[in-house]
Amino acid sequence: MKRRPYFLIFALIFGYAFFYVPIASMIFYSFNKSRLATVWGGFSTEWYGKLLDNQQVLDAAWLSLRIAFVSATVATILGTMAGMALARFAGFRGRTLFSGLVSAPLVMPEVITGISLVLFFIALNGMIGWPTRGFTTITLAHITFSLSYVTVVVQSRLASMDRAVEEAAMDLGSKPLRVLFDVTLPIIAPAIIAGWLLSFTLSLDDVVITAFTNGPGSTTLPLYIFSKVRLGVTPDMNALATIIVVLVGSGVALAGWIMHRAEKRRERDVQMAIAANK
Amino acid sequence: MAALAPTAQAGQGDESRLPKAHSWRQWLDREAWRKAIIAIPYLWLLFFFIAPFLIVLAISAGTSQVGIPPVIWKDTFPFGTFDNYVFLTQDDIYWQGYLNSLRNAAISTFFALLIGYPMALGIARASSTWRNVLLLLVILPFWTSFLLRVYAWIGLLGNTSWFNRGLTSILATFFPFWVTGDHIQMMNTNFAVVLGIVYSYLPFMILPLYATLEKLDRTLDEAAMDLGSKPWEVFKDITLPLSLPGIIAGAMLVFIPATGEYVIPSLMGRGDSPMIGRVLADEFFQNRDWPVASAVAVALLAVLVIPIMIYNFFQAREARRGST
Repeated sequence: MKRRPYFLIFALIFGYAFFYVPIASMIFYSFNKSRLATVWGGFSTEWYGKLLDNQQVLDAAWLSLRIAFVSATVATILGTMAGMALARFAGFRGRTLFSGLVSAPLVMPEVITGISLVLFFIALNGMIGWPTRGFTTITLAHITFSLSYVTVVVQSRLASMDRAVEEAAMDLGSKPLRVLFDVTLPIIAPAIIAGWLLSFTLSLDDVVITAFTNGPGSTTLPLYIFSKVRLGVTPDMNALATIIVVLVGSGVALAGWIMHRAEKRRERDVQMAIAANK
Repeated sequence: MAALAPTAQAGQGDESRLPKAHSWRQWLDREAWRKAIIAIPYLWLLFFFIAPFLIVLAISAGTSQVGIPPVIWKDTFPFGTFDNYVFLTQDDIYWQGYLNSLRNAAISTFFALLIGYPMALGIARASSTWRNVLLLLVILPFWTSFLLRVYAWIGLLGNTSWFNRGLTSILATFFPFWVTGDHIQMMNTNFAVVLGIVYSYLPFMILPLYATLEKLDRTLDEAAMDLGSKPWEVFKDITLPLSLPGIIAGAMLVFIPATGEYVIPSLMGRGDSPMIGRVLADEFFQNRDWPVASAVAVALLAVLVIPIMIYNFFQAREARRGST
């Protein structure tokens, strides 16, 4: 007597078309021979070749990758600490302020974060001569906003983790630090990796905060794209966008699949261990 | 257990109750690393999040000057002035900017809810295999570049694109009195801005909605059906009210960042009625007026304090529910 929810199926089809048709169209037109970005003039891969000769694009991409790598790594360390503090240490002084501080960057409009950071960096530079605007300031800014995302991911993983494992290790005589490195961190490793990947892509993608905190000569890839896109749609931008979307999309899909499989295997191991002990 | 979670006692500043550490190593195990784990990210956020905001507050009370730095304060108490805030109320561009932002954000939130709710419900009701695939397909755009997704829509909306031409001819067939010519001007309109915002922030709407809808107890639906409710009534009386926390979380996650949005209105919007994010950026980059730009930022935050507090209130309530 179960009716098929036709309305929901229609909504899903419409929704996913809304998500993916523009991207598919962009990928399709990146193989357009015509110089006019929206008029089809035959198949060609020449725009991809031109990109590899474009030193500006390559420099911007390299700078973006370096910033993303450094900021994701530092943000993951800090965010994991913050996530542990919030999930494990119930009542330390200033906990409310701390949890507010962690979640504020998630909802803070980027223009506000951007302008406050740049004015802060300028003031700080005036006082102690550091940091110079450019790589350093962009990286510091990216760490600050990515940290919150890592915290949320790690905190929710810790909250759903079975604490009996930690207690068992403790009862068997492990010191807390040992428990942390031998039990807790390996169990939450998938969340930490996910946090790093999220920080990395957020940094690689950021326009607004980077636009505020960058300095002369430090044009990241999104800033380069932003300045080009303001002038209109071009075939070489289609090609660049396609490369990034395909790389990031397949990377994320692959990471998701690997983590899903690891989770499945872990569940199966647990099941078998329970069965074996019966 | 005792060593990892004595925080209730140790954290309250009542360290005297703990036995005295006999070696540096013991001390490290007991207290220091735990304090470090809290203190390092805490200090980072105080330094790079609170301090910058205090600087913005201070600069918004200063006066613009030509020179380095381009801001100066009074020599006498109270050192600051409200002139910049008074100025915001006098020039139409700021009023208009805030109103444009709030209006566009509200319209976008509404449409994101309209599209996102049935999608989230569809995902939550799908079989578990399908559910993972569908969820991944929602998360994937969230991970791929925001800028490039906006760019993809710019390609579709342009006057010569297949999408614009196709839509125009469809509309012209059904509404010949309404649509004339071979294209509709879609780029650089408010429509484009709303569409861009809905498109970019839709995952933020779907994911919290899905999280709430997935937890709902389906036996309630069956009970209502058995008691004679029609499917629509079940939705209206049970599903919708129970998913309210998800609706609020999703709506706030779209509304708050959309209000301060800068990239989408800059790329897709009209230049003559900018949203406030763009006004702020222009004030800072083009006019180099730090005090007014800071005042715009502080006022924007003041406007958003209520939605941010609503969001935090519901998040905290959900977290409490989850932990008990």
